[in-house]
Order: sequence, then C-alpha cells, then structure tokens
Amino acid sequence: MRIPLSWLREYVDLPAGADVADALVRLGIEVDAVIDQRATVQGDLVVGRVAEIEELTGFKKPIRFCKVDIGREQPQEIVCGATNFAAGDLVAVILPGGVLPGGFEIGARKTYGRMSAGMIVSARELGVSDEHAGIIVLPPETAASPGEDARPYVGLDDVVFELEITPDRGYAMSVRGIARELSHAFDAPFRDPGLATSAPRSEATRADGAGSGSSASGASAASRAPGLATSAPGATAEPAYPVIVEDTVGCDRFAARAVRGIDPAAPSPEFMRRRLTTAGIRTLGLAIDITNYLMLELGQPMHAFDVTRVRGPLVVRRATQGEKLTTLDGVARVLDAEDMVICDETGPISLAAVMGGETSEVQPDTVDVLFEAAHWDPVMVGRTARRHKLFSEAAKRWERGVDPALPLVALDRAVALLVEYGGGATDGNVLDIDNVVPHRSLTIDPTLPGRRAGVPYSEARVVETLTAVGCDVATVDGSLVVTPPTWRPDLTEPADLVEEVIRLDGYDKVPSVLPVAPPGNGLTPSQRRRRAVALALAEGGYVEVLSYPFVGPSAVDGPAVRLANPLSDEEPFLRTSLLPPLLATLKRNIGRGHRDTALYELGSVFLPRPGAGSPPEMGVERRPTEEEFAAADATVPHQPWHAAVVLAGEMEPAGWWGSGRPAGWADAIEAARVAVAAAGIADERVTVEAAEQPPWHPGRCAAIAVDGVTIGHAGELHPSALAALELPRRTSAMELDLDALPRLVSRRRRGCPASRPR
Amino acid sequence: MTYRNDPYDPKQVALLDPDALGEAVAKAEDAFATAADPDALAGLKHLHLGDRSPVSLARREIGALPPAAKSDAGKRVNQARAAIQAAFDARAEELERLRAERILAEERVDVTLPWNRHPRGARHPLTTLMERIGDLFVGMGYEIAEGPELELEWANFDALNIPPDHPARGLMDTFHVENPGLVLRTHTSPVQARTMLTRQPPIYVVVPGRVYRTDELDATHTPVFHQVEGLVVDEGITMGHLRGTLDHFARAMFGAEAKTRWRPHYFPFTEPSAEFDVWFPQHRDGPQWVEWGGCGMVNPRVLRACGIDPDRYSGFAFGMGIERTLMFRHGVSDMRDMVEGDVRFTRAFGMAV
Repeated sequence: MRIPLSWLREYVDLPAGADVADALVRLGIEVDAVIDQRATVQGDLVVGRVAEIEELTGFKKPIRFCKVDIGREQPQEIVCGATNFAAGDLVAVILPGGVLPGGFEIGARKTYGRMSAGMIVSARELGVSDEHAGIIVLPPETAASPGEDARPYVGLDDVVFELEITPDRGYAMSVRGIARELSHAFDAPFRDPGLATSAPRSEATRADGAGSGSSASGASAASRAPGLATSAPGATAEPAYPVIVEDTVGCDRFAARAVRGIDPAAPSPEFMRRRLTTAGIRTLGLAIDITNYLMLELGQPMHAFDVTRVRGPLVVRRATQGEKLTTLDGVARVLDAEDMVICDETGPISLAAVMGGETSEVQPDTVDVLFEAAHWDPVMVGRTARRHKLFSEAAKRWERGVDPALPLVALDRAVALLVEYGGGATDGNVLDIDNVVPHRSLTIDPTLPGRRAGVPYSEARVVETLTAVGCDVATVDGSLVVTPPTWRPDLTEPADLVEEVIRLDGYDKVPSVLPVAPPGNGLTPSQRRRRAVALALAEGGYVEVLSYPFVGPSAVDGPAVRLANPLSDEEPFLRTSLLPPLLATLKRNIGRGHRDTALYELGSVFLPRPGAGSPPEMGVERRPTEEEFAAADATVPHQPWHAAVVLAGEMEPAGWWGSGRPAGWADAIEAARVAVAAAGIADERVTVEAAEQPPWHPGRCAAIAVDGVTIGHAGELHPSALAALELPRRTSAMELDLDALPRLVSRRRRGCPASRPR
Repeated sequence: MTYRNDPYDPKQVALLDPDALGEAVAKAEDAFATAADPDALAGLKHLHLGDRSPVSLARREIGALPPAAKSDAGKRVNQARAAIQAAFDARAEELERLRAERILAEERVDVTLPWNRHPRGARHPLTTLMERIGDLFVGMGYEIAEGPELELEWANFDALNIPPDHPARGLMDTFHVENPGLVLRTHTSPVQARTMLTRQPPIYVVVPGRVYRTDELDATHTPVFHQVEGLVVDEGITMGHLRGTLDHFARAMFGAEAKTRWRPHYFPFTEPSAEFDVWFPQHRDGPQWVEWGGCGMVNPRVLRACGIDPDRYSGFAFGMGIERTLMFRHGVSDMRDMVEGDVRFTRAFGMAV
C-alpha cells in the first residue's frame, strides 16, 4: 500500500521534520520504501512560459516548435507533439541532462527538422498521474516564474510511503488508520474522517501542511471533504433503492445512496487522479475513482452501480452452487454456494465484496449512480477471494477486517464528491440495513500488561493507551472493562490489549532480563548419535549436503507420499530413500568438474503408514485427549532419520606418494561400518553379508545388520542404474536407517584395563 | 710386590718411564683422532688399551720395582691409562654423534610436499550453525525438541491460532499432500504444540529443523529451508525475559557489541509479537542492523489448545531462518550456494562455523 505524506497530513498534525518512517516501524507498520517524489525526476525540471509557437506542417500529426522562456537570456527551443497549450501558458520543462522516471534521458537532439533542447512534459511522463491527453498546463493564477523548480507545481513535492500491513490490522490499510497510528507516535491531534460525527476542521490546520500542499491540491482539499464537518445522514423512510438482504451473516450491513443526472464526461479532479496513480490504482472514470479514493482514505471498499442498468430490487444472498457470473475482468465464473452475490431480477450482478459484474457496472455514459457500501463476513470474502483467485484491493481489506461503522460516512463522502465534481443531485434517500453485532467488551486486570511486559505500567497509563487506540475503558471492581472500537475487530482477548499497551508505550522500554532455566539433560541419545555419525563421515572424507526431498516416480519403488501441489510435476513424491536426491547432487558436482566426490547426507525419509487414513478433526478450545492426539499422530507417515553416502572417482588422490585409489564398494561398506561404530554399536554386534538389493550391483552389495537386524545396505551401484543416471561406473553408495539402530543402553560400560600397573 | 715367574728385566722396566707413558698416551690420542668412524675406532682400541698395549705392559713391570717406587709408578700408569680411555670415549662419542648427524642429514625429506592424501570431508554450515545454536541453549539448560517434517495440519496451523481461512495461512505458501490434514511444516512452530502436549512447564526448548514453503529457488528464496526456534513456558515469564534471552543469544553469535531491536509485528501464535533486528558489528558492509527473526509472548489461545493454563503460565517464543543467519553472518550472497550441494561451498566451512 502506498500513501503520500500530504494525504496523511490532512488528518494528523505531524510536527515539522517528523521521522514518519521510523515512527511507523516502531508502531509495527512495515515500511518497504520511502519514495521522495522530488528525486524521481533527475536534473532540471523548471517552470517555463510559452513565448512563441510555430506549427510545423508536413508531418503525420501536429508538431509544434516552441520557444519557451525559462528565465534565461535566450528562450529554450523545444519541439512538442501536444497541442493543449497556447502562448503565454505556464508549462513544465525538463532540460537536457534530466532523466524522467523509467530512466528516460533527455538530451538536445534534432527532430522534425529542428533542434529540440529538452521536453515539455505531461503528468504521465512525470509519473504523477496517468493524464496523457496533453502536457501539463499550470493554472493561470499559479504564482511561479519561469526558471523556477517546477516540482512543487506539478505534484512532485510529496513523500510516498510504501507500507506492508500485517493481516490482523485491516484498519491500517487506509489513510485514516495510518494517520491515527501516527497521532499516537507524535502525540499529535488526529481528525478522524471515519466517524459519523466529527469536529469541523479549521482551515488553519490544513494550511500548515508544510512542504506538502501544492497550491493546486490545497485548493481542492477545501471542498473535497464536506462530510467531515457534519454528521452523515442515517437511513431514511424511503430507501435509496429497494434492497433485500437474505443472508445477514454474510452481509451484516448494506447501505446505499444514489446520485442522478451526473455529467458522464466530467473528469476526476487532478488530486484524485494523482493519489490513485500514486497508490497504483488505475483511474476509470469519476464514479469509480471516488469509490477507490474513499477506499484508500477510509478503508471502506465500495461499489458503484449504474442505476438504469439494474433491473428491479437488489437481493443480497448466497450464490447457488454452479451459478454463473461474468465479473468485470471479463472472466465467466462458476460460483460456489458459499460465495455471496448481489442480484437483480436477471440474477447475480456482482460477486459481493470481491468484484462487480459486467452488466451493472458504471459505464462511460452512466448518468445515474448508486453507491453501495456494505460490511461483509471476512471469512466468506477470504474464501471467495481464494476460490476465484481474486485478491483485489477490496478483498485484502475485507479479509483483514473493515470498520462496520463506516458505510454511511463513506456514502456521504461519495455522494458529496460526485455531486461536486460530476454534477447531478441526490434525493437524500439513504438505505441502511444494519445487523452489525456490537463488539464484546473485555475485562482485564490493569496489572496484566505490566506483568506480561516486565514493565510496571500504572493503571492510568494502561487506561491512557487503550483509550488512545479508541477503546472505551471503564473501571469496575478494580478491573478494566474495555470495549474495543468498531475498527479493531482484532482486539478479542486480553493479550491483544496487552500488546496495544506495550506497543504504544514502546517496545524499546521493555527491559532485558535473562531467565534462568532449570537444569536440562543435554542432548538426547539419538541427537548425540546423529552428530557422532555426521562427524565420523565428515572426518572420513565425505562432504555433507542437504538435498531437497522431492523425487520423481522412478525414484520410489514402494508406497510414497505424493504432494498435492508439487513445485514440479516431474517430482511429486517425497523421498523414501536418501539416495536419489543425493545421487542427483553427486551428478551435479561431477558435471562441475569434481570427478572425485564423496558426499553424505543425514535426513528424514517419508514412509506412508498403510491404511492410516486422514487425521481426525481436533479443535483448539481445549487440549486434545491422549487418545485423540495418538489417533491423529498415527496418520503421520513414519519419518526415520537415515544416513547415506555416495562416492565416485578416487577416494584417495594420486600424489607424490603414488597413484590414487579408486573409490569403490569397499569404501561404501567401510563408511557403513564407520557410521555404525560412531553410533555407539560395538563391532562384534555388526554383521556384513552379501545381499541383492536394488539399486546396488547384485554381486557387490552388502547388507549391514546389527544384532541380526538389517539396518541398511552398502556397495557398488548397479551398472544399469548408473547408466540411467549418467553416473560413472563403480559409483558406490550406502544407506542406513539410524532410527532402526538399537537404542544406546544407558548402563555404563565396565572399564577393561589394558595394562596392569605393577 | 713381584710376580714369581717374572724375572726382573731392566729393559722392560723402562716402560714405566714417564716419557714412555707420555708417548703412549700421545700415540693413542693421535691414533684415535684418525679413526673415521666408530668401527675404525673400535679396531684401534686393543692397540692402546688391550693386554699388549704399552700401558698394560707397563703395569706388569710395576712388580719389578723396588717397593719405594711402586706407588709412584702405579699412579703414573693409572693416569696414562685413564687419559687414553678418556680420549677413546670422547672420540667414540664424537664419532657416534657425527654418524647420527649424518644419518639424520641423509634422511632429510621435503616436508612441504602435498599432504592431502586422505582428504577430510566437511559438514554443511547450516547443520553446524544449527548445532552451535543448539549447544548455546543446551548450555543454558534448554533441551532440543524435534518433530516430523510432514506434520499434522492441526499442529502446524490450528493449534497455533491459525484457523482455516486465516489470512496467515495465505502468507505461508504450503505444500499439501494428497492425504488431507497433513502438510509439510511451514515453520518449526508445530514442535511448540507437540512439546506442550508432551511436557509440563517449566518448558525451555529450542527447535532446529527443516521447513518447507512453495517458493521457487532463487538467490533469496528456497522451498526447503531451516529455522531454529525457542520456546519457554514458565510462571512469571515476561517480555523482558524474551529480550534478555535474545540479547544473550545475539552476543553469543555476533560478539559482545551485538544487541537487538524490536519492531511490533503480527504472528498468530504470539501476542504481543515483534520482529527483531540484530546489531551486527562485523557485517561485511559495515556495522548495521540486520533483520533476524520473529518473537513474542505465546498467545494464550495456543497455551489453551495445548492444555496449559494461561492464567498460571506465560511464555515466549522466538525463531529465525538459519539460511538468512548464515547469509549475513558469513557473507553468503546467494541462497543457491547453500542448497545445490557444491562441495566447494561446503568445504570452505570445514567442520564448524
């Protein structure tokens, strides 16, 4: 989410020089980037006054050769393809040496037969909005003189914060929410644009937006938030449009207002276009732009219908399984019975909360607009968004939680903006079907935040911080009864309130105290055993690798776990042996020129339990019983730790001592014996017998057994297996199931004296 | 004293003459000096110290002397013999030493020849880094807890306050298997649930392990990676204890100047939650704050789901990516080096990090 500083300053009085990015980070709002718009255009971007225009003829399109006064002795001579300006107009000129966003370098060059030294720029070329019908012509009243830096006059004087909002804080996905957070950081006055009733804003507070308010946006700001000064009207006897909400769980509030008779050609005001462009949202016409603008500002996603294209009353309900709707993106969608839809007589016209449909959408010729502002079940929206892979800006907000108190405020703003910039009139009718269940209040011990933090907060401090985030706090019998504000659906447990107190007081005030753990027992026998085996193999010449456990069908020869969503369809299984991925790593090393390579790996393999089925459902309101958890755990595949080595080329290199020694079956068997010995098994318990076991060479394979139980195999690999893997002949390997080794008995071994002192 | 069968012979008596003895000593010394090796020296011994040597013969003449002269002559003979013996011993020792020196010189080898006849292998730095972190906490009394990589969805999500349809599930792109209810764990945190189900507080554990997310491999992502997390559940545990633990951890890993900094964040299984940075003085681009991991106080919902009374006990948890830690601690810039298993990368770390 990208928010410009100037927009924030409309609602919070930030001190001059405030380190906003640092404050946001301390409040838990991740700042991905701070974009100083001044720096997005490099070099000289100056105000120019067009002195002379010569129309060049003989080209496919109109071309003008202009002389522009940029405050120097000689006018700048520039060729320009736009025609929306006249002599005497103030324009913005980038001079040779400058660079526009996207790395577009400006030079002096010959074009259309004339030398052109620089460029007269459009808003889109500057990246401030998507306006490209012509170049920027500054309003005639602009008090700028030629040669002055043009940035403040074209909207390139803002700072934009690119923010990452955590999934719990939907309210922060808006200018309103971020401004509120900043008011905590700087203890600065905050004017909430989202309250139904709000104190009027003084003009003085807007004027002090130091360095942020260009004259153009400052002027329009005065008229763009009329709703802020008055309370938004509530439902009227006559609804704005007939609506029936059939499912009040999926939609616990639905409000609407209409504006009729707008000028369909009326453009969105420049400040709105700029802010939408900054946020990365396309401008799509005034009515839709207003809904997007208010979503950014308030956090309330809205929808604009063309009243004349809607047939009969609107019905809000669940979709029927298999119902069809073509959404605005042109995709014909088959709906699920869990999706919510808005219907008219023709059937679904909008996939509720996620995306509108084609048939009812505002069009370039729309004159009668119905604004809808509702409140939807976040879980429903999340599922619908995932089901249809529609992660719209609206869906992101719904999923995180939207303030259910916003609809009327948002509608009031929308109507006022549309009337102001699009003409038309509202009949004053307001529809509001409100089934919102108020927040439950929470009771907490005022000492709880302090006990969790290890900081002795006073009760007054706790009340102060909770009130600051918008909670109502009452003291009853020594406890605090806290009612969270409508925009904080995430505050449902005392721990959530604890976090608010510690966060606002400052995480950096939490002291550093090292707790003393009770004495522990060190590593477990199997942990010690794995370390010992790993160390012995590494000392023995093998290099450890950590391979991915994903394998193809040829690498599994029995039951195997199959992934539902593998990264590669060619490797959908989880390994049942360490060898296939390890051999692939060996091959990669050989391919890189390491012909003499010995590798080892310790890791889990995944062995399904036949007939295990799926785990039973377990809740989280209480601990599962021993039986419940044991039943669930029994469905988890067996995942024993294996140890394996692979080796090719020479085990010992040639050198001044003589020739090298090729690696072979004997090394693999030695590695197995070394590993078993390192695991603490006495040699006399180990037997090595000839065995035939794929993928080993039938005449060069040993079964390794401890106390008569086979725990793995070692030897040279089968020539045809090696050929299939394109590995060198004589490549050898061993693999052991470490978890099949007998447990180390904890009895102490008796010392056996090697010599007797005398 | 005289020998019965030894008639007096003045000529032989001349052997006791001091000059004659002196000459015998001088001759012996000269002869020994000319011996080139211990064997030659041994061959000369009987000539100068044997039965027929001048000093031995002289000793026999003592009996022929008048008693008054015997003592004096005896002393002279003994002195001469001792001198010859000393000369012999000195020379013998010298020759022995020369011979030993010669042999040592002859046996000189080029000790700078290549040595790597039995090349050692190497341990993967991710493994050794996890072991090192584990050892640090084991030294503080913690134990190392483990759990399966293919895990119950309940343990990976539900028990950690991530119900189905929770947006946090969308943040962790999860590998599902065909058997519903099981996932490749997306973090080491399900071991928290398993630990709390099988142990009673006080719980002090660290959990190193392998985790999975459906990210394609590139320079900064890998679908298979490693985490270490810590879990403490005890009476009276505070965020201050969490900070103290992380500060100690940071100093042990990054030196005495290391410290940590918190940024409020959101994790479903902790509340309050924070991401934490570490001040890393030895960073290759100069001392700086580096994002290290996430932490917080165990969410009471998680305690409840695992049967621990949240009114009596509180706890903290923290975790970090091992790949990421290795990247900044050791200046590894490309994730692919860690996963491809190229022996050159791993050998560079040897047996420990």
